[in-house]
Amino acid sequence: MKYGYYPGCTLHQQAEEFDVTTRESARALGIELEELDSWQCCGAVFPLATDAVINLAAPFRALAAAYEAGVELVTVCAGCLNVLRRTNNLVQNDDETRDKLVDFVEEDYAGEGRVHHLLELLRDEVGFESVSERTKRDLNGLRIAPYYGCLLLRPPDEMEFDDAEDPQILENMLAGIGAHPVSYPLRMDCCGAYLPIGELEERRNRAAVAVMRSASAAGAEAIVTSCPLCAHNLEQCAQDVPGAEMLPVLYFSQVLAYALGLDADSCGLEPDGLHAGVCEKIGIGEVK
Amino acid sequence: MRKIGVFVCHCGLNIAGTVDVKRVAERCAEIPGVVHSEDYSYMCSDPGQNLIAEAIEEKDLEGIVVAACSPTMHEPTFRAAAEAAGLNPYQVQMANIREQCSWVHPDDEEEATRKAEGIVGAAVEKVRRDEPLVPHEIPITKKAMVVGGGITGMQAALDIADAGYPVILVEREATIGGRMAQLSETFPTLDCASCILTPKMAEVGRHPLIELMAYSEVEEVSGSVGNFRVRVRQKPTYVDWDACMGCMQCQQQCPSEVESEFERGLGTKKAIGVDFPQAIPNRPKIDPEHCAHLRGDFCWLCSRSCPVDAIDYEQEERIVEEEVGAIVLSTGYDMLPQEVLGEYGYGKYPDVIDSMAFERMKSSSGPTGGEIRRPSDGEIPKEVVFIQCAGSRDPDKGQSYCSKICCMYTAKHATLYHHSVPDGQAYIFYTDVRAGGKGYEEFVQRTVEEDNALYLRGRVSRVYPEGDKILVKGVDTLSDENVEIHADLVVLATAVTPRTDAREMARIFNVGTDEHGFLNEAHIKLRPVETTTPGVYVAGAVRGPRDISDAAAEASGAASKVAMLLSREEMETDPLIAEVDEGDCSGCLWCVAACPFDAIEEKYLTRRVGDREVSRRVVEVNVGVCQGCGACTVACRDGAMNLKGYKDEQILAEVESICLIAGSQQ
Amino acid sequence: MKLTRHGLHSEMIEKIERISGEEISKCYQCGKCSAGCPVAQEMGTLPHRVVRHLQLGQDERAFEAEAVWFCTSCHTCESRCPKGFDLSRVMEALRAVLLRRGEAPVRPEDLPAELFAAAPQQAIVSCYRKYVS
Repeated sequence: MKYGYYPGCTLHQQAEEFDVTTRESARALGIELEELDSWQCCGAVFPLATDAVINLAAPFRALAAAYEAGVELVTVCAGCLNVLRRTNNLVQNDDETRDKLVDFVEEDYAGEGRVHHLLELLRDEVGFESVSERTKRDLNGLRIAPYYGCLLLRPPDEMEFDDAEDPQILENMLAGIGAHPVSYPLRMDCCGAYLPIGELEERRNRAAVAVMRSASAAGAEAIVTSCPLCAHNLEQCAQDVPGAEMLPVLYFSQVLAYALGLDADSCGLEPDGLHAGVCEKIGIGEVK
Repeated sequence: MRKIGVFVCHCGLNIAGTVDVKRVAERCAEIPGVVHSEDYSYMCSDPGQNLIAEAIEEKDLEGIVVAACSPTMHEPTFRAAAEAAGLNPYQVQMANIREQCSWVHPDDEEEATRKAEGIVGAAVEKVRRDEPLVPHEIPITKKAMVVGGGITGMQAALDIADAGYPVILVEREATIGGRMAQLSETFPTLDCASCILTPKMAEVGRHPLIELMAYSEVEEVSGSVGNFRVRVRQKPTYVDWDACMGCMQCQQQCPSEVESEFERGLGTKKAIGVDFPQAIPNRPKIDPEHCAHLRGDFCWLCSRSCPVDAIDYEQEERIVEEEVGAIVLSTGYDMLPQEVLGEYGYGKYPDVIDSMAFERMKSSSGPTGGEIRRPSDGEIPKEVVFIQCAGSRDPDKGQSYCSKICCMYTAKHATLYHHSVPDGQAYIFYTDVRAGGKGYEEFVQRTVEEDNALYLRGRVSRVYPEGDKILVKGVDTLSDENVEIHADLVVLATAVTPRTDAREMARIFNVGTDEHGFLNEAHIKLRPVETTTPGVYVAGAVRGPRDISDAAAEASGAASKVAMLLSREEMETDPLIAEVDEGDCSGCLWCVAACPFDAIEEKYLTRRVGDREVSRRVVEVNVGVCQGCGACTVACRDGAMNLKGYKDEQILAEVESICLIAGSQQ
Repeated sequence: MKLTRHGLHSEMIEKIERISGEEISKCYQCGKCSAGCPVAQEMGTLPHRVVRHLQLGQDERAFEAEAVWFCTSCHTCESRCPKGFDLSRVMEALRAVLLRRGEAPVRPEDLPAELFAAAPQQAIVSCYRKYVS
C-alpha cells in the first residue's frame, strides 16, 4: 500500500540517518512511502492553549494535503506524530476550531485522514513475525533499551499508540529482529524536552541523565528512540554521565534497516566512533 | 360531570420558586368540572392533607389532582388521605410539576408556569375518567429466598428464619462465607473474622428453616411479590454431597495444584476440595478446568480415595424451580481489575499486592500461616507502603466514588503489621482519612500514635522495582515534598467494584442499577433496602461499598421487611392492571406474545347456538401476575385490552387537553 | 493570605480557565501530578501547588512559580490524574498569558550560535514555541 511520507524538519537536517533508514526499512518491507509534495514544519509541539489556533495551521495543511492526494500519512518522528495525530483528533471533534482552520488554510478537511507511525504499520499491517522473516542479519542478541519518552504515548486516549504504562511495541520489534530488549523503569519518562535548549538556569538536564542511568543499570548496550529531541538530550548526557554508563543512542530504524540488510554506513552506524561497541557485537558487514 | 378538586403544592420554593402556583390554581379553577382549586406550601404535610380531606368531604369531590412531586414518594400519601376522606384512592392523580417542570426549567418562570398548567390540565382530564378501583387479594407464599451467602446474606437468612419463615439461601460458590471468610481481623475491635463468622456459618448450616443451595445460581425469575417463581441452576460439583462425609481424603490425594482465587494468588488449592477448612457445606467440589480426569487424563485418585464412593465424574447440572414470596439480593462486591492502574505494576511485580492478599497473608489459615512475608522471596518486609484510593475517587480510569472501607482496613493493616513486625515501618499514602463510624477515628489515631504508622497526605504516581526493593514515588502535600520510599512490600487499597455480572443479575430480578452497576434501592434515604420491584430487597455491598457493620445492619433491615411481608396471609395487589373486554377480543393472542410477565392466558368461551356448542377463543389476565406495564394494550389490534386507570380514552383526553392548552397559550 | 469572593473568581482566573479549557475547581489536590512529575525537582513550586494558588485566586503566585517554565508538557500528570484534569494545559495557559504580556524567559538573540548547528530543529522550534512566542 502507498503512504504519504511526512519526514518532518529534523529528518531533513540533523537526523538524516533516521530518514534514510526509515525509507530503506519501509522499502525492504514492501511499504511504499512517497514524500508529500510540499509540507511545512508541524510546529514541533501541539498547542495546548485552546485559543492558539494559528499554530494548528501547518499540521492541518499537511493533513489536508495528504487527504487530497488520497494517501494516509506515515511519520516516524515522535514530535510530528504527536502534533499531526492530535491535530487530526481536534479537527474531527471540535467543529469551531475546524471551521476556523478551513477558512484560514482554505482547504476543506474534516479529519477524515489517518496518521500512522511506521512501527504501528509494522505491528498492525505487516506483523512483526513477517518483519522477522525478512531480516537478513542477526543482531546477535544486542541488548537494547527501547526508549519511548512522552510524545508517542501521551496523552494515551489521544495517541492510542500503545499501553502508556507498559508499552511493548518497540520491545516486540526489537525481539523480532534478533535484538534483546532490555526492560528498565524510566523508559516512558520525559527526557527534559526543550528545557536544556532554553537554558533557563545553569541546571543540568537531570531528567535525561536519569533515563540514561536507568537504561545503563539495566544492562543495556544501546538505547533506541523514535524522537530526535530525545536522542539529542540523551547524547548530551555525556557531559554528566561517566563513559562507562553512557550508552550509544540510535534511532529504532537504524537497527531495523541494518537487520533488513542495509549496509552499516548507510545506517549511520560508526564502527570507529560512538557505536564501536554495538558494531563489534553485531559483527558489522556480514550479510547472511 | 364529575366534581374535581385541584391542589397545587409549592413544595417550599422547589416548585413555587419557579412556577407561579397561584396562577396555576386559578387557571385550573376555570376548567369545567373543577369545583375546587387551591395552592398550599406543603401539601404532603398534615395541614396540607387536611385541606384535601376537608374539600373532598365538603364538596363531595369525585376525583382530585395533586400537582406536586413525582408519584414515587407521595402518591401513597395522597391516596391514603383521600381514602380516609371517603374518596376511592384510585381517583387521585398526581401531576408532576416538580421533577418534570420546575426543576428542569429553573430559569424561565413563564414557560415553567405554562407547562405546569398543561400538566395539571391533562391530569384533570384523566382523573375525571378514572373509575373507582378495588385491589385484588392474593395468597402469599410464606417462604423467602436470599441470593448471596456472604455475611449479609447469612445474617438476612438467619433473621428471616428466626422469625419463623423458611428460607432458601442460594450461594454461587461451593461454600457460604463470602468476602468475610477471606479476612483476617476486623476493625475497629480487631476481632478475628473467622471467630465471629464461622459460628454464624455453622448456624446457617444447621438451622432447620434454612435450605442451603450452594454452588448454585439463579437463572430466571417470574411472578411477582408474594408469589415469585425462581429457576435455580445447581452447577455440577462432581461429588455426591449427600453421600460425602466431608473427610477430604480426596483433597489430600489430588495431584493437581492450581492457583487459588480465594488466596488472591498467594497460595494454591487442589482441583478437588474446599477453599478453606471451615467451609459450609463442608463438601468438596471438582474444578473441571484443572481436574486431570475431567481433562481426559488417566487419574482416579480422588475417586479411589473416597471411602463412600461419592465422586461422580458424570454429574450434570440440575435446574430446580422454587416458589417464594420475597427475595433478598446480597451478592456483595468485587475488586478493581489489576490492569487498570498500570503505573503501580499490580499483577506485574510480585511484591505489589492488593489489600485482600494482605488479609490472606495475615489470616492464620492463609498461605503464610498468618505471617507477613514478601511474595517474591518470603522475606519479612521491613518497609511497607500502603496506597489508598487505588482506583477509588478516580473517575478518569477507576471508580468515581469513595470505596468507604479502605481508610479503616488500611489503618487495621498498618496496626496488624506493627504487631507482627515491631521494628518495621508502615507508610500510608492517603487522600483524606474518612473514619466516620463508632470507634473508627480513635482506631486511626491509635494506628498513628501507638502503632507508628506514618501517614503521608498525597498519592503515589509510580511504583517500580529497583534492585530487590520496590521504589515508590509519591508526594506529601503537607510538606510539599515529593517522597521516595524503597519499600519491601506495597499494598494497594484497590477500589470496591460491583460484581462483574451485577447488571445481568439486576436484569434477572428486574432491579435497577446505578451508573457503576451497584443495585439501586427504592429510595436512597428512606427505603434503603427495598427496590422498585415489590418483594425484592437489597442489602450489603451489592448496593455500594459497605463495611461489615453496615452490611449486617442492612441485612437485618431487609429481613424485617421480608418478615413484615410474609406475616400477612394475603396481600393486596395493585388494581392498575390490564383488563380485557371479552366481547371485543378476537383471540389473536398478540397480547400473550407481548406480555413480559406471562400474565395472559388463552381461554375459550362456549355458548349454545341452537343445538350446537360454539366455542370462541379469547384471553384472560392473571391478576396476581400482571404488573400493569401496558404492553398488551399497545399490542391489541381490537382495542379490547385496556389498562385500568390508563384507558385509551383517558390518555387521548390527556393528549387533547395538552394540545388545547398549548394552542390557547400561543 | 486574605481571601475574598472577588479574588477567588477574578477575571484572570477565568481567563486561565478559558485558555486552558480546564476547570480549576476540578482538581482535588491529591498530588499525584507532583509525585510523578519528571522535572519536579527543578520546579521550586510543585505542580499541584500551582493549581492550589489558582484555586485560592492567587494567580500572581502561580505566575511567579518556576514550575510554569519547567513543565515540559510531557502529560505524565494528566495521564495518571484521577480526575482527568489536564495540568499541562493549565501550565500552557499560564505561559501563554506571560508570553502575551511580553514576559518571555528566552530571547532568541541570546541563544548560542553553536546550538543551532548541534540541536535538532525539533528542539529549537519547541523552545521557540514554549519560551518565545
